[in-house]
Amino acid sequence: MTETPADLRYSKNHEWARANQDGSVTIGITDHAQDQLGDLVYVEVPEQGREVEADEACAVVESVKAASDVYSPIAGTVIESNEDLADKPEVVNQDAYGEGWLIRLKPASSDAMNALMDADAYREFVESE
Amino acid sequence: MGRRTPLYDAHRAMGAKLVDFAGWDMPIHYGSQIEEHHSVRRDAGMFDVSHMTVVDLVGAEARPFLRYLLANNVDKLRDKGKALYSCMLNQQGGVIDDLIVYLLEESWFRLVVNSATRDKDLQWITTQAEAFGVDVIEQPHLAMIAVQGPNARSKVLPLLDEANRQAAADLKPFFGEEHGDWFVARTGYTGEDGFEIMLPEDQAVGFWKALAEAGVTPCGLGCRDTLRLEAGMNLYGSDMDETVSPLVSGLSWTVAWSPEERDFIGRSALDKQRDAGPAEKFVGLVLEDKGVLRNHQRVVVEGGADGQVTSGSFSPTLGRSIALARVPSMTGEACQVEVRDKLLAARVVKPPFVRNGKSQIE
Repeated sequence: MTETPADLRYSKNHEWARANQDGSVTIGITDHAQDQLGDLVYVEVPEQGREVEADEACAVVESVKAASDVYSPIAGTVIESNEDLADKPEVVNQDAYGEGWLIRLKPASSDAMNALMDADAYREFVESE
Repeated sequence: MGRRTPLYDAHRAMGAKLVDFAGWDMPIHYGSQIEEHHSVRRDAGMFDVSHMTVVDLVGAEARPFLRYLLANNVDKLRDKGKALYSCMLNQQGGVIDDLIVYLLEESWFRLVVNSATRDKDLQWITTQAEAFGVDVIEQPHLAMIAVQGPNARSKVLPLLDEANRQAAADLKPFFGEEHGDWFVARTGYTGEDGFEIMLPEDQAVGFWKALAEAGVTPCGLGCRDTLRLEAGMNLYGSDMDETVSPLVSGLSWTVAWSPEERDFIGRSALDKQRDAGPAEKFVGLVLEDKGVLRNHQRVVVEGGADGQVTSGSFSPTLGRSIALARVPSMTGEACQVEVRDKLLAARVVKPPFVRNGKSQIE
């Protein structure tokens, strides 16, 4: 079974979002998503300052098999992207919720996270898919 | 639920991720496609390829029939057990399938064709065979296991019975030999040395487990694709199909033009295309920029028509993206590939990219 940490929120596109103490939100793909994709060989992250809508494609993860868009679970402004993944995309497979994070956003609204699933709901969602 | 090979339960027990492949439930990987890829380049890996279709052609006229059916010339097969790679063409010179043919006896040849094209292949072969009085006999009860890599032969040999071991140890590349119900061939689809072994389906699980105990890594069809791509080997349905000829698919070397009087299906169409000079050619691409080349991406050539990536992926051995592509004949040493609205720089090379574990480019 793949992991779904209780302190994160989740989207139907298999991204996770973590509320940081400074008000920013860190985003990545879930353990389930990386497991489905297989070995990642390329990750493309957005430029700093880019504004994204909720459910807008903002990054790309490519496994040996295929390329997949990553959709931002919430609206906001990109304040940091994980540039280390350009040389080490496999980190997303190894540590999807830690070193494998993709972007950090300044949310457009403070309650955007409420629209996302909690860990239990996401687990149920994955099983129902 | 898809069709299952005799190794289906063994795959599940070994943690395989199973996917649909031409109607079969087949392993795509057992954890890491890249690690499996490396194990074949550096040591030994094994593949369940029991889904492939084995067809025996039996009859006094089997050789004349194949001389007519195939674009390559079976008269190159004189020694028992010798294998030949060939395209089977339609009248327009399009590729119905690519296959391996073995000479077993003068009146008995064995074909191995793709599983995705099984039905149309059998129908085509049976129709064409009628005039020659040749029997077309499918062998659905044979399992097939490919063991590939620099250490494949030394790991396989001790597991074979006496007769097969002797024969397999002496096999030259692209030869096969049958002993008992087993057929062992020194062939493959990875660019490494090794064997492809056909055996009775009820013995497949025992042999598979013995290979695993001997340290052979179970490998899924995922890395089979990246291995063959690195080896510059075509994949039917991606790199060629019924709408294109071998001459624009990097397969001119498989067309036997001489003797000129040999009339094979598709010959007149190919002759015309050759005389006119094909407008396209088939090349290898190495991506210079970051990213991954994928099937169907547009290839942009300065001053020429667009080309297309026919097989693109990431090369685990080279650590960068490579592809096979059909491009205008005038294409030089460089081109660009459209990847998500961006044009990325690629270098044009002659495949293979990797052979026997070593890079063949730059």
